[in-house]
Amino acid sequence: MRTSAITRRQVMVAAAAREIRDGEVVFVGMRLPLLGFALARALHAPRAVGLFENGVIRSSPPAAPIITMGDPPNIAGALMCTTLVDVMSHLQRGRVDVGFLGGAEVDRFGNLNTTWAEDRGRRIRLPGSGGAADIAALARRTVVLVHHERRRFPERVRYLTSPGFGTGRGWRETVGLSRGGPGRVITSLGMFGFDAESGEMVLESLHPGVTLEELRAETGWPVRAAPDLRETPGPTREELDAIRRFDPDGLWTG
Amino acid sequence: MQKVMALAEAVSRYVRDGMVIAMGTGLESCIPFAAGHEIIRQRRRDLVLVGPISDILFDQLIGAGCVSKVIAAWVGNVGAGIAYNFRRAVEEGIPRPLAVEDHSNLTVALAVSAAAMGVPYLPARTALGTDIVRDHERMREVTCPFTGDRLLAVGALRPDITILHAQRCDRHGNAHLWGNLGISLEAARAAETVLLTCEELVDDAVITSDPNRTLVPGFLVSAVAEVRDARAGGLPGLARPDGARHARTRGVPEPPGRGPGGTASPPHPAAGRPGELRFLRTAASCGRARSPGAR
Repeated sequence: MRTSAITRRQVMVAAAAREIRDGEVVFVGMRLPLLGFALARALHAPRAVGLFENGVIRSSPPAAPIITMGDPPNIAGALMCTTLVDVMSHLQRGRVDVGFLGGAEVDRFGNLNTTWAEDRGRRIRLPGSGGAADIAALARRTVVLVHHERRRFPERVRYLTSPGFGTGRGWRETVGLSRGGPGRVITSLGMFGFDAESGEMVLESLHPGVTLEELRAETGWPVRAAPDLRETPGPTREELDAIRRFDPDGLWTG
Repeated sequence: MQKVMALAEAVSRYVRDGMVIAMGTGLESCIPFAAGHEIIRQRRRDLVLVGPISDILFDQLIGAGCVSKVIAAWVGNVGAGIAYNFRRAVEEGIPRPLAVEDHSNLTVALAVSAAAMGVPYLPARTALGTDIVRDHERMREVTCPFTGDRLLAVGALRPDITILHAQRCDRHGNAHLWGNLGISLEAARAAETVLLTCEELVDDAVITSDPNRTLVPGFLVSAVAEVRDARAGGLPGLARPDGARHARTRGVPEPPGRGPGGTASPPHPAAGRPGELRFLRTAASCGRARSPGAR
């Protein structure tokens, strides 16, 4: 159901929503994933439950558009309002199926940096981890959403804020992380999975209209593409309607 | 002792230079902007601020030169974006150098929880292998004496004072809070004392009518100030966060001759000019909150 009006961010949100299976417990995170959760909950995953690090647990999409997890429509109609330690204990206990993350940098093994960036030799201080390091360490699997450009895709992150597969498969066990790791990286150009042996990111699909050369030019290491490289399915009419309902002004997906 | 007092008096009495202060602990809600702006007015210095996600409040205190160190997981505002005063202080030492003790949300919450529970540390499974915990003054990798698992020990962090904003409390400081709670409860229990601001001061009987709702007991609290402070940060049940207000705190006023001019961040809004706190006063003069519907 592609039309010229579809944006890359709409493709990303629809893809993110499809990562949520019905009945799963989801650690939602901020920005685009907020929308992805609302979309999944409204369409194919009506029994999904969302946890928010500020202490909100909800089983229905917010009744009105929200910018952030603390906005009143995310609190009104929630199942539960509690503390950060309470919701994060579910995460540490192993009850969270999937957690969503973003990042300023993501590397070949899915490690994320949201602490320090560099622009023409100058160090730039970013806001920091927030709950990202916790979600990356403790969720059963994670999905990363990130804008795809070369400076955000270095071979190795400058600072490891939130753990992916470290230096490769086996690293997480070595440092004491007993589960989890990135399952999917959804960028503005394509979607990646992770090689079962090496833990390296592998390109699985390109978004409509994106070429492999274009994606490689925006990535800081030689990207491996899956043998059955596909085109990412664009949002269906139903998904598009829901995205527009939850983001009527196109604040996140315009 | 009489705990109810004007906010200016509460800050004057209980907030001292160099103190470790937990505030903005609600994670986007119940951010005590009025108290933060009073600290700026009273020109406190060398404060150490503690909070997981501080909203733009920490940024304002940093920009006003009140802060020497931040212990936090995330400094900025999700709606308004990057915290430019924070960046400027860390990167360029303006208006003064700023040390940062980086955390994840869970590690800062556990550091405060350990203090609240009166133990020297709490174990966790988070953040292992990250650069956050590398050479961290408050975190050590340890081996569990029962299972042999590798764990992260997060050292206790005891604030000198925790400043909270609540929907309502009585004259003793027994407070009802609702909505998402962040680390407010742990921070109140961890600190030496608590300065409480509230939307509404209520009769003792209102508090005792719903004891499950009393999330901060008054014996922890030294000072209570009734302050309409709901709009800047958002207060569950009362008001939305005020995005326009956040926007106003970023663009105005600019000192003459120091326009943005393609620099990575706008000029420091209070760069040693007379009347430097004007924009912050504007931000502090919140309108009256809507009354809660049912009570």
